[in-house]
Amino acid sequence: MSQQGYVAAPPYSQAQPGMGGYQAGYGPPGATQPHYGHYGGPTQPFNAPPTASMMKSPPAGMPPTPVSSQYSQNVQQNGGHRYPAPPAASAAYGQPPQSSYNSMSPQSPPTTQQITNQMGAMSIGNYAPGPQAPVNSVAQQHHQRPAPAMGQPQMHPGPQSPPMSPQMSSTQFPPANMPMTAPPMAGSPLSPPPMAGSPMGAPPMGAPPMAGSPMGANPMGAPPMAGPPMGGMGGPFPGSPPPGVGGFQQAGPGPQGFPQQPGQFGGPMAGPQPGMPGGFPSGPSQLAGPPQKKLDPDSIPSPTQVIEDDQVRRGGQIYATNLRGQVPPLVTTQFTVQDQGNASPRFMRCTTYSLPCTADLAKQCQVPLASIIKPLARLPKNETPLYVVNHGETGPIRCNRCKAYICPFMHFTEGGRRFQCAFCNCVNEVPVFYFQHLDHMGRRVDFYERPELSLGSYEFEATLDYCKNNKPPNPPAFIFMIDVSYNNVKSGLVKMICNELKTLLEKLPKEEGSESSVIKVGFVTYNKVLHFYNVKSALAQPQMMVVSDIAEMFVPLLDGFLVNYQDSKAVIYNLLDQIPDMFANSNESETVFAPVIQAGLEALKAAECSGKLFIFQSAMPTAEAPGKLKNRDDKKLIGTDKEKTLFQPQKSVYEQLAKDCVANGCSVDLFLFPSQYVDLTTMASVPSHTGGSVYKYNNFQVETDGEHFLRDLRKDVQKPIGFDAVMRVRTSTGFRATDFFGAIHMNNTTDVEMAAVDCDKAITVEFKHDDSLGEDTGALIQCALLYTTLSGHRRLRIHNLSLNCSSQLSDLYKSCETDSLINFFAKSAYRAILNQPIKNVREILVNQTAHMLACYRKNCASPSAASQLILPDTMKVFPVYMNSLMKSSPLVGSTELPTDDRAHQRLSLLAMGVEETQLLLYPRLIPLHNMDPSSDVLPAPVRCSEERLSDSGLFLLENGHSMFLWLGQGSSPDLIQGLFNLPSLAHLQPDIAALPELDNPLSKKIRSIVSDLLEKRFNSMKLHIVRQKDKPEILFRQFLVEDKSVHGGASYMDFLCFVHREIRQLLT
Amino acid sequence: MASFAEYIAQNEERDGVRFSWNVWPSSRLEATRMVVPIAALFTPLKERPDLPPIQYEPVLCSRATCRAVLNPLCQVDYRAKLWACNFCYQRNQFPPSYAGISEVNQPAELLPQFSTIEYVVQRGPPMPLLFLYVVDTCIEDDDLQALKESLQMSLSLLPPAALVGLITFGRMVQVHELGCEGISKSYVFRGTKDLNAKQLQEMLGLTKPAATQGRAPQTQQPLCNRFLQPVQKVDMNLTDLLGELQRDPWPVTQGKRPLRSLGVALSIAVGLLECTFPNTGARIMTFIGGPATQGPGMVVGDELKTPIRSWHDIEKDGAKFLKKATKHYESLASRAAANGHIIDIYACALDQTGLLEMKCCPNHTGSMGTLLVYSFHTPYKTTLTRLYLKLSVFFVNIFGLNSFSPQTSREVKVSGAIGPCVSLNAKGPCVSENEIGTGGTSQWKVCGFDPSTTLALYFEVVNQHNAPIPQGGRGAIQFVTQYQHSSGQRRIRVTTTARNWADAQSQIQSIAASFDQEAAAILMARLAVYRAETEEGPDVLRWLDRQLIRLVRHSTIYCPYCPLAAHLCSACFSLCSYWLFTFMFHLRRSPFLQVFNNSPDESSFYRHHFNRQDLTQALIMVQPVLYAYSFNGPPEPVLLDSSSILPDRILLMDTFFQILIYHGETVAQWRKAKYHEMPEYENFKHLLQAPVDDAQELLHTRFPMPRYIDTEHGGSQARFLLSKVNPSQTHNNMYTWGQESGAPILTDDVSLQVFMDHLKKLAVSSAA
Repeated sequence: MSQQGYVAAPPYSQAQPGMGGYQAGYGPPGATQPHYGHYGGPTQPFNAPPTASMMKSPPAGMPPTPVSSQYSQNVQQNGGHRYPAPPAASAAYGQPPQSSYNSMSPQSPPTTQQITNQMGAMSIGNYAPGPQAPVNSVAQQHHQRPAPAMGQPQMHPGPQSPPMSPQMSSTQFPPANMPMTAPPMAGSPLSPPPMAGSPMGAPPMGAPPMAGSPMGANPMGAPPMAGPPMGGMGGPFPGSPPPGVGGFQQAGPGPQGFPQQPGQFGGPMAGPQPGMPGGFPSGPSQLAGPPQKKLDPDSIPSPTQVIEDDQVRRGGQIYATNLRGQVPPLVTTQFTVQDQGNASPRFMRCTTYSLPCTADLAKQCQVPLASIIKPLARLPKNETPLYVVNHGETGPIRCNRCKAYICPFMHFTEGGRRFQCAFCNCVNEVPVFYFQHLDHMGRRVDFYERPELSLGSYEFEATLDYCKNNKPPNPPAFIFMIDVSYNNVKSGLVKMICNELKTLLEKLPKEEGSESSVIKVGFVTYNKVLHFYNVKSALAQPQMMVVSDIAEMFVPLLDGFLVNYQDSKAVIYNLLDQIPDMFANSNESETVFAPVIQAGLEALKAAECSGKLFIFQSAMPTAEAPGKLKNRDDKKLIGTDKEKTLFQPQKSVYEQLAKDCVANGCSVDLFLFPSQYVDLTTMASVPSHTGGSVYKYNNFQVETDGEHFLRDLRKDVQKPIGFDAVMRVRTSTGFRATDFFGAIHMNNTTDVEMAAVDCDKAITVEFKHDDSLGEDTGALIQCALLYTTLSGHRRLRIHNLSLNCSSQLSDLYKSCETDSLINFFAKSAYRAILNQPIKNVREILVNQTAHMLACYRKNCASPSAASQLILPDTMKVFPVYMNSLMKSSPLVGSTELPTDDRAHQRLSLLAMGVEETQLLLYPRLIPLHNMDPSSDVLPAPVRCSEERLSDSGLFLLENGHSMFLWLGQGSSPDLIQGLFNLPSLAHLQPDIAALPELDNPLSKKIRSIVSDLLEKRFNSMKLHIVRQKDKPEILFRQFLVEDKSVHGGASYMDFLCFVHREIRQLLT
Repeated sequence: MASFAEYIAQNEERDGVRFSWNVWPSSRLEATRMVVPIAALFTPLKERPDLPPIQYEPVLCSRATCRAVLNPLCQVDYRAKLWACNFCYQRNQFPPSYAGISEVNQPAELLPQFSTIEYVVQRGPPMPLLFLYVVDTCIEDDDLQALKESLQMSLSLLPPAALVGLITFGRMVQVHELGCEGISKSYVFRGTKDLNAKQLQEMLGLTKPAATQGRAPQTQQPLCNRFLQPVQKVDMNLTDLLGELQRDPWPVTQGKRPLRSLGVALSIAVGLLECTFPNTGARIMTFIGGPATQGPGMVVGDELKTPIRSWHDIEKDGAKFLKKATKHYESLASRAAANGHIIDIYACALDQTGLLEMKCCPNHTGSMGTLLVYSFHTPYKTTLTRLYLKLSVFFVNIFGLNSFSPQTSREVKVSGAIGPCVSLNAKGPCVSENEIGTGGTSQWKVCGFDPSTTLALYFEVVNQHNAPIPQGGRGAIQFVTQYQHSSGQRRIRVTTTARNWADAQSQIQSIAASFDQEAAAILMARLAVYRAETEEGPDVLRWLDRQLIRLVRHSTIYCPYCPLAAHLCSACFSLCSYWLFTFMFHLRRSPFLQVFNNSPDESSFYRHHFNRQDLTQALIMVQPVLYAYSFNGPPEPVLLDSSSILPDRILLMDTFFQILIYHGETVAQWRKAKYHEMPEYENFKHLLQAPVDDAQELLHTRFPMPRYIDTEHGGSQARFLLSKVNPSQTHNNMYTWGQESGAPILTDDVSLQVFMDHLKKLAVSSAA
């Protein structure tokens, strides 16, 4: 398994009979083929197959293509899909906008040499090194234009294009930069490319669509870009080639080129569009890769736009889960789910909703097949909570063979006496008590009365067989373990926690509908030794029990340690009042850590319940005890092959501890208050395997971080949560779950064990083929989570999801979900860095990105110029996320980033759901300066780029973990006055923690926006107030993910170009 | 020499010493032939209310190997201000403070009546008394409640300045911090892990650098710490603490014993005192309700189905924890003894509690408190209350640590001691090569003394036969006892005693006359018990028999009527030592040598007390006292014989450990018929009441408190009586003896008569 760390997994690693090379592949991730190395076997095949596939592809994959332009394809595709709507729309879209791009990249495919040449040139000039930004920028422009708005004008193929190009070139091209001398080239070469595409007689086709529909409908067609830019773009590449142009088929008719493009778009677009009535400019998704001079950033796919469009298109609607393989709205979209037989996307999301039928196909496209499962996700108030089904003493009805739980996919036969398991096809008897007649449709008469037959998600009441030791579980417990060493006492933290607990404990989570929480609470304080407290309600005063035998931790008391808060309130109050005073004079600065967890674990063991530890730790545990840690933060390792060791836990003590914790249902949440390196990797290893979370507050100060911390604590304590959970993912025949990511522990290859799982924890599951899948039957996934509820009931939560299967790659690409994909990539990359140098991981990421896109290009897109970047509509913002992921701190080898922070992000991401990763990788940047304070609408976020900032602006940026309020230098004094009650920006104190409460509309509005966000996000965020050009701004800039990163990451534009180059390389 | 009896009594009265022989044969050979060695029962701290302590320090002989204390037997040259040591004959100068000395102005230590004298050492600060309670919490709620109350009450009985500490244990061991406000703190230890003193110190935060604990330097109060504080200060706190003591909360599943970490608890107690108060008198008072079932020192597993070891198991080597546990407790005992700490064990349980393994703790540390209580016989609470009432008396007089060392004249050497002491390994000229008991040293340490603590000391005459001692020479022995008085003072008590030498050839009669058979009996018994502890049972009996035979034979030497020793005349037999043989008969049957019918714990318990009680008590233990109450006259002592058991009598038997009232058959019937409730039979009521009153008196004065048994003819508890009396009538011979008297005993044991007959026969037959 370990080998799988690499990112590329899915496609390659799929079982490929032919791949003897499998292992070999892994082995030699040697220098020469770094990229491929990971893929291992695949790599080699890579070259070969590609070619092969290339050859074939036309015939096989895309039979239609050859003949006529994409256009026709479109139609076909549309037709093929079930989606009824699209056709018309698609037409409408007409690929117009893109046409421009296409034009640029003629149908290079065939002409290998030349292209390569071009590439070579390019790479030299533009891509290669990050620094050459300018160049890159040039390249980029071609990509898309922004949204719909632009639509109309440009497209016009013939005429416009020419003019455009000149403009472009003139304006944008920094003449100097490119060796290519783009402009001229552009012009000429461009035209040719189109040709290429067109040869098929595309021209005509293209034209019409383009012209008509495109413009109007598609905003995309980023006007300017369209025609002209292409030209420009093309230029550069071919730059050198031009001469050779001849070689290019394109050479010929400029005009033709255009038409084609449209066609292409159309093709690809079409597919996707069906879903999108909005007439999203699917087109834009395809970008022209070629570098251009200063390109318009607006021309490349915009995540904010995509989000907005989806919100417009599907927001506020009801999403009924009655169809197989239906692609849900984006995570960012507000919608209501109606469970009609498949699990809500809130519980399960897949990277694609249409699986390739065979392992070969999967391997070919390299799109990972994965599902992100958030089994206990919170449901909005307007959605029905899960029903609880009780099948009595025999327990839930299951398939005898594969043990799948009864679900809507089960097929009843023989008048209802038997049912055939949809997962393993085994025929089972229906138990007598469960018998029911079938109606004329072959459905059980009680279909609608039984949630387990009609819904995608429901719960079973578990019988004793599902309980540990066959005893019903006891109510879970929360144990608060407070580090009372010098630092925490001095900073006032201890006092703060104690005060907060008094109120917080009143709000312990409870089961829906129950009167009060049955969760028990216990308290421990510690420094070098541990202090347990007996807070039995019968006592007049609490009793403290010191355990100094930290080498072999044990729990000194049983009765009175874990108590019901309501019963023991008086004693607990007494205790919480005393704790800060008791240690007020403590000088002890050393702490222990492993024994603390051990203690909590033992306590839960002794009480025979599961539960959660809340540990508030100040520093690295340096006291002589098991789990003592040393500072091993070595900046010299960064960038070397040994960098991975920084992410590997230090001591096996913790590994064992994590195992024990999981076995006993003990989850650990760690709150860290470090003032320096704490070896978070190691300290967080227990939480990250037990379904816990790690919170970190550097240089904690009560005044500035207090509220922030308390918000986290409150959220954390009040979260709905399940304990002692085991999750099992079952699939129908033909594929199976092979890998799991999350804050989990796995003893074997199938059972996902979690000491606890809360509403925010997601598990990403990767699937691979065993066999081929049938298009008719589709693919079914059933996720069963056995857990203990807050009230101590044992439950089974079942989520079912059905997916399509298709032998057409285009179907797959159409059903992809970028947000899920990136979640998967992020998790697998973050795991991979444990085993291989970060550099390799990054390469793998790029390669796979390129490969996925190249495969699309080759198999699904209509032929077009190689210089053209074509992205599947569903993945058009994939590169920006991918780029952001590559720039995320764990994957950036910068010595300026604290190792702990990197480790922290790495570990927290592993447990994140789709929504969270999306937000993390593409923060929301909200302009606040122009909004109308009286309106209820949140201003639309803008793209995360410096260019979007304005000197006089006021922006709020948040990514779910950090929040910044950015103040432009030129902010109007009114604004400042209104917000801070200060005469000018200069008066602002650098470290204010919150906005002052002022009674004016602006202040109120902004504060309400902030608090709404804080409310909405999973974690609390500390509000940083940043002035333009102030030092802290650097921090802020890290989050402008479309820009070049301070720590050395490419800008979006550069990355896109780079990927394009890679794609082209693959295609040749 | 009728005065010998008086002489003995007087000596005992004044010095607390009783020798087996009061005139010593002057040669080694003679001495060995006498069978009973020259030995002494010495009660170092015999209560002497009339003895005012002297407020200065003793004057010592300047010879390094001697260091004897100036005493009335020394020759003093008043003019030269010199004194001659009567042990080594070194001439010493008086110290300057004795300048005014003269015949008429003698210091007390030179006055003959001060052969025993007590000095007060002025150096050093007064030492506190320490009481560390170690309390088992695996006790039934009722018992625990009673125990708690007793302990609370006990606080008021302690001297206010005494330091107290509390350790409780069950599955875990808790060391309670005293004097905490608002919250009660305790340090908890795993019950399965033994800790050495250093670890313990660290874990309790008692390490020297107080800075690490964040407290102001603690040096100003070295005399107490968080765990041991003056009673007066923490009285309330401790009372509350005790009040809140809970029964050990860990669940005990069916068929299991509670997990009781006695071994570790004791180890922690010892360690705590060791690192905080070394060489200071301290008592570790351990209250247990059952055997240790886990950790070091466990004596039985927690499975109820495996019973605790019995003698049978031990013989068959089936007691798997025995060795390890014994070793554990032995090491604890020696650590405690080294620091002068006493370990008392108060066990209250129906079954055994592992006293056998733990016996060395009380034995070596001079505890007076080993106690076995069966909670269902007498309510535990009253028992403990009694215990404390007892203790309260003793507290005043309880003395902490002491070394105790005899000095002897050149002609005698000390072979060893038997009693609650440990050797200090002080080699010296007066140490004999022959070891008896704890030997090879001239100094012992007895951590806890009470006024009745009695040691048996064995001596050896080393004078050769051909080097006669001049006529009128006296052998002197000086006992020096240093101890810590309950007032905190250090004191030294010096007892100097001397006995005449006599030539065994010529003065055999006077030697024989000086024989103190009671002392000799106890001394022999101690020796036997000591052997029983270390050797196999039958061997001991055989040894004892052999000694007896030799003694009988030897005694004939003194018998004027049997010069030839061809046979034993009953006259000489009775003259010399009839009493002694009776005693031996009972000793052979006593629980001290017989383990039959006694659990290992009981044996340990009995032996412990036998080894430390004074002569009178020891005699009772071996040969219980039997009083008869009847209408025939006032209560009278009767023979410990089955013939004494008559239907119309009430018997009161005092075995030291038990006080038993036995109602004869007729009396029992009367009682059943409730005659005593009828006014006309008031005399019967009185009769019934008389032994009860006497028993109560005994109960109140004796410690450890005896078990009180009230039974009657045919009652099951009557077995205690029946097993003690001489079975002169049994089911075998009941018709051959007078029918009207006594009750037959169903036993196969031989009766005294048979025993004597055999003894005589053996003594007369040739070699034995």
